[in-house]
Amino acid sequence: MSRPELQAPAEFYYGDTEAKKYTQNTRNQQIQASMTYRALELLNLPTSSPAFLLDIGCGSGLSGEILDDEGYIWTGLDIAPSMLEVALEREVDGDLFLQDIGQGLGFRPGSFDGAISISVLQWLLTAPTSHHTSSPPFRLKKFFTSLHSALKNPSRAVLQFYPSDDDQIQLVTGIARQAGFGGGVVVDYPNSNKARKVFLCLFVGGGMSGGPSSDSQQV
Amino acid sequence: MVRLITHNILACHVKGCTSNNFPLQLQGVQIELREAEFNPEFLKTFLPKIEWKALVDTAKEARDTSLPLEQPEMLDDEFLKNLHHVLLEIHIEEGTMICPNCKHNYPISNGIPNMLLAEHEVG
Ligand SMILES: [Zn+2]
Repeated sequence: MSRPELQAPAEFYYGDTEAKKYTQNTRNQQIQASMTYRALELLNLPTSSPAFLLDIGCGSGLSGEILDDEGYIWTGLDIAPSMLEVALEREVDGDLFLQDIGQGLGFRPGSFDGAISISVLQWLLTAPTSHHTSSPPFRLKKFFTSLHSALKNPSRAVLQFYPSDDDQIQLVTGIARQAGFGGGVVVDYPNSNKARKVFLCLFVGGGMSGGPSSDSQQV
Repeated sequence: MVRLITHNILACHVKGCTSNNFPLQLQGVQIELREAEFNPEFLKTFLPKIEWKALVDTAKEARDTSLPLEQPEMLDDEFLKNLHHVLLEIHIEEGTMICPNCKHNYPISNGIPNMLLAEHEVG
């Protein structure tokens, strides 16, 4: 089967049926959970003080439930109303917003202590319409510029995504750097087709020193 | 489920709307109160990020006048409990948020604000 982001925009692909299927699928839940924990590890937040986080493409709240469990206060954004409805039913604690991240985020500067995003960025790499504001580079630029501003200095954003090839990784990291981010890509299980996971680890102002050691390949 | 903590960091993101675009004004809102776990450590770390006047004004619109007009220097327990209530226990369930500058309306339905823009508003 072809990749979901090539079939239809997220808000149409995840209709009521898909949203429920996606959320109830045990294997999906496990993968989402392990990627969320890994993203939090890479986020390297100080353990002493509780943080205010942004969950970009929060979907039905699979990652949000983990943020709740870990004691974070958070805000989640998603473009698919059906996914947000499932999140409401699951009674996650975070605030939920219907938002297209490719249109840019509307937060005051320095608001968040960190951001995570699980399996979302690939949706920005397809163009939904022919309007110039819907080209992937335009949307990526809007997204990264406004995300950089919304994060406090120093902090990190960790975005797991499914690039279809290395060109997409180059495009995404290039635009993130232009937006002011430091950092790069961490690839877990680089030699396994199935388990391979790409995490874009972005730093604002150095992104805090140190961090969990990683055996992964740095690109 | 828009809590005032999130409302306090929200600004309008319509194309070209870059000044006087905060705080979004509330209109016809329905409020719900929901208890949340009191976490003074979190409040202390979040305090420097708050736009105080906006928070006090918005709390008033939600019929809560427990916060002092000036942000106090002494963080006693009573103040922190009031702040906790305002930031994390007042939920806007229905209504509209209006940009003070460009007047864009962001409707809130079932606790979820619609932040989507039309194509001509993006840029
Ligand atoms: Zn505006």
